[in-house]
Amino acid sequence: MIRRILISILAPLLAVLLAFSVGAIVMYILGENPFYVYKILLINSVTNINGWGYVLFNATPLIFSGLAVALAFKGGLFNIGVEGQLYIGAFACAWFGITFNVHPVIGIPIGLLFAMIFGGLWGVIAGYLKARFGAHEVIITIMLNFIAMALTNYLVNNPFKEPGQINPIPQTKELFSGSIIPRVYPLFNKFGVSLSSSVPLNYTFFIAIVFCVIVWYFLERTKWGYEIKAVGLNPKASRYGGINPSHIMILVMFLSGALGGLAGVNDVMGYRYRFLDGFSRGTGFTGIAVALLGKNNPIGIVFASILFGILDRGALAMDVFTNTPRELIRVIQAIIIIFVAIGNEFIFRLLQRLERESE
Amino acid sequence: MAEYILETRGITKHFPGVLANDNVEIKIRQGEIHSIIGENGAGKTTLMNIIYGLIRPDRGEIFYRGKKVEISSPSIAIRLGIGMVHQHFMLVPPFTAWENIILGKEVIKNGVLDKDSVCSELKRLMDSYGLSVPLEERVEDLSVGIRQKVELIKLLYRGAELLILDEPTALLVPQEIEELFEILDNLKKQGKTVIFISHKLKEVLRISDRITVMRRGKVVGELEREEANEETLARLMIGKTLESPQLEVYERGEEVLRLEGISLPPKLRNINLSLYKGEILGLAGIEGNGQKELLEIITGLLRPEKGRIFYKNREVQHLDPKSLRELGIGFIPEDRQTTGLILDFTVAENIILGRHDKEPYSIRGKLNLPTIKKTAVDIVKDYDIRASSVDKHVRFLSGGNQQKVILGREFYFEPEVLIASQPTRGLDIGATEMIHNLLLSARRRGMAILLYSSDLDEIMTLSDRVAVIYNGEIVGILSPREIDEATLGLYMTGVRKD
Ligand SMILES: Nc1ncnc2c1ncn2[C@@H]1O[C@H](COP(=O)(O)OP(=O)(O)OP(=O)(O)O)[C@@H](O)[C@H]1O
Ligand SMILES: [Mg+2]
Repeated sequence: MIRRILISILAPLLAVLLAFSVGAIVMYILGENPFYVYKILLINSVTNINGWGYVLFNATPLIFSGLAVALAFKGGLFNIGVEGQLYIGAFACAWFGITFNVHPVIGIPIGLLFAMIFGGLWGVIAGYLKARFGAHEVIITIMLNFIAMALTNYLVNNPFKEPGQINPIPQTKELFSGSIIPRVYPLFNKFGVSLSSSVPLNYTFFIAIVFCVIVWYFLERTKWGYEIKAVGLNPKASRYGGINPSHIMILVMFLSGALGGLAGVNDVMGYRYRFLDGFSRGTGFTGIAVALLGKNNPIGIVFASILFGILDRGALAMDVFTNTPRELIRVIQAIIIIFVAIGNEFIFRLLQRLERESE
Repeated sequence: MAEYILETRGITKHFPGVLANDNVEIKIRQGEIHSIIGENGAGKTTLMNIIYGLIRPDRGEIFYRGKKVEISSPSIAIRLGIGMVHQHFMLVPPFTAWENIILGKEVIKNGVLDKDSVCSELKRLMDSYGLSVPLEERVEDLSVGIRQKVELIKLLYRGAELLILDEPTALLVPQEIEELFEILDNLKKQGKTVIFISHKLKEVLRISDRITVMRRGKVVGELEREEANEETLARLMIGKTLESPQLEVYERGEEVLRLEGISLPPKLRNINLSLYKGEILGLAGIEGNGQKELLEIITGLLRPEKGRIFYKNREVQHLDPKSLRELGIGFIPEDRQTTGLILDFTVAENIILGRHDKEPYSIRGKLNLPTIKKTAVDIVKDYDIRASSVDKHVRFLSGGNQQKVILGREFYFEPEVLIASQPTRGLDIGATEMIHNLLLSARRRGMAILLYSSDLDEIMTLSDRVAVIYNGEIVGILSPREIDEATLGLYMTGVRKD
């Protein structure tokens, strides 16, 4: 048992090392100095507190979108529509925040609830169409992404555009203070950890961690989780066991969509305090990679999100402090991710085999 | 030249918690039909998978035609001339028969599949072995017996000299079994060697030249056909002989289940049937005559087009499997791997399937893990399910033990009516006897049991009455004590009708 846990920690670590080595080779071939680039990358992400603050901030929406994909996957569905659910959820909580001026004790939970309910309803469209007509959820969720982006684009350009706005990207007006999720630096400073007030890390990160626990508990310890996994593994046997796969599909897509909706909260309620058109830039899609890398396991998803957070943060730093072209940074980022994914599987199996043979 | 085409020495294979093969030595002569028998979980499939290169042994050597070989993958086995038909078929259902046969050994001409030359070669192959299948039909539309022939042709097409058949008869009806045996005899005449695995001692005695008996991972006997009879084999396999079950005769109770005019064209026509407390009603029929649909209708997986079903005088044909189960109708589905079990769930999780949302297994939506575990442990003990723990995934249990998980689950909750479809398929003789005794003691307690089986022996020895289904109709309700198997066969093939 302990060995098994060790393997599942060791495998991804080795995989990351392997991936960074491959990344270094590619950089070298392209005429960059890999040591310098990696130094910049690490200095700005994981070797100091502020760097970590940015990394975790980046990881926050990824945790939600990774959970959304993973939950759907457990129920046998591919939710490619997290990006759309994210926009709908983000807009819903933004609307609540610019419309109602309430005390944060109710404002924050209701804001979250808005993101969940609307994200969930957006997800349910695909679940219902699949359950009722057998329409494939991949196609439906992809199309719903376009609709969600266009819809929020329309809303933020027209009825909800901030009056007198100068920013070239359309945005809503600022949220009332009642639905703003505060940053964490005051807390850290109180405990003597110096975190700069410019670090956008906010309490949404902790909410994300709480949701990891909730999702795990839900899947592993409740009858609904049992039914979702049963349908995901074998719909026929589930039907025979008295579970209605159609109901489960709808439930799964609602919950997955709700998590997708929450992925929009970090930016709206915790960072910009408004809805900015097109702010996500693929967080929902990255969730697919996060879920796969994290093996659909909540703890794995947290670590995978952090890895992506580091790479994003590092990319920004490389852009600012090195001459490496931005495109190349993207390439290296992608290569590292690919090799982590391959290496993780490969090393996991290798270690498993070694373990078996040593028995 | 060696006398043996295949020899293994010291083959040992551990799985977590079990020693599946323990120093296994088998010797297969060139040109013989060699049976391997043994209880569920004895390690037969594991051994065959090792010979076929699907599993690597921990230790041990394999000699093929006298030479030591390393079979690290099936492609190496195929190159050597070893072919295997698995216990669970490995065909691609939406592909046609010929596409399945050539899969992995496609003949390409100008960049496309050369269908004409393939099909003519396949026809020649089929003629020479007296085997024939409709090449153009999709495998999903073919019956189990034909699918099996597709698998056989596939092996021969790859030039297999040694054919491994893992429980080939488990899914076949009697006529198909006889047909398979003729094919095997034919193959033997042409010099092929066959390894045959079965739990049916009659079949083994009918077809083999030699027999190897395995028990708990070890070889415990190697016999010539002449030295073997049912009794010696049973004693070697399970350490005791078997008695055939005796049906105590007594008055049956009141009617609990009644089918009135059930129709589902074109599969079923006007089925009327009653099931009484304390009886076993056998259902006999050749596969594809509507019994599958009939059982699915009774258990709520399928809706009839016309007709009504009464359970204790309450109409139930519109209810789903869950409500029927709550009323007290248990179901042992025929296909344990796709319908009965969720293979990637643990034993415990499978055992509560269908009750998982009821107390005490879940309380206000929360799974009650200690109770679930306790029930599972009880069932595993009561039904002698060989699993190293109840947290083991059902996928890793042997076929027979998988079936016992289903039986344990259904019996544990004491249904009033039990619909049992092929409950002993793939089970060893000891487990079969145990299931038979369980069915009989349930009958004694007053359970009403509808038993469908393709094993006519089973139907004849266990049933109070036998309903025969042919072409979607019940063509007769017979008493097994007044007829013999041959008469039953006449009804089943539609020659006779009441
Ligand atoms: N992949 C696996 N992982 C773990 N245990 C396994 C695996 N495959 C088989 N086993 C175990 O090894 C033992 C032998 O299994 P095997 O399938 O070889 O039995 P068998 O003789 O073919 O039985 P049956 O007649 O029921 O098919 C069983 O206890 C089984 O649970
Ligand atoms: Mg087997």
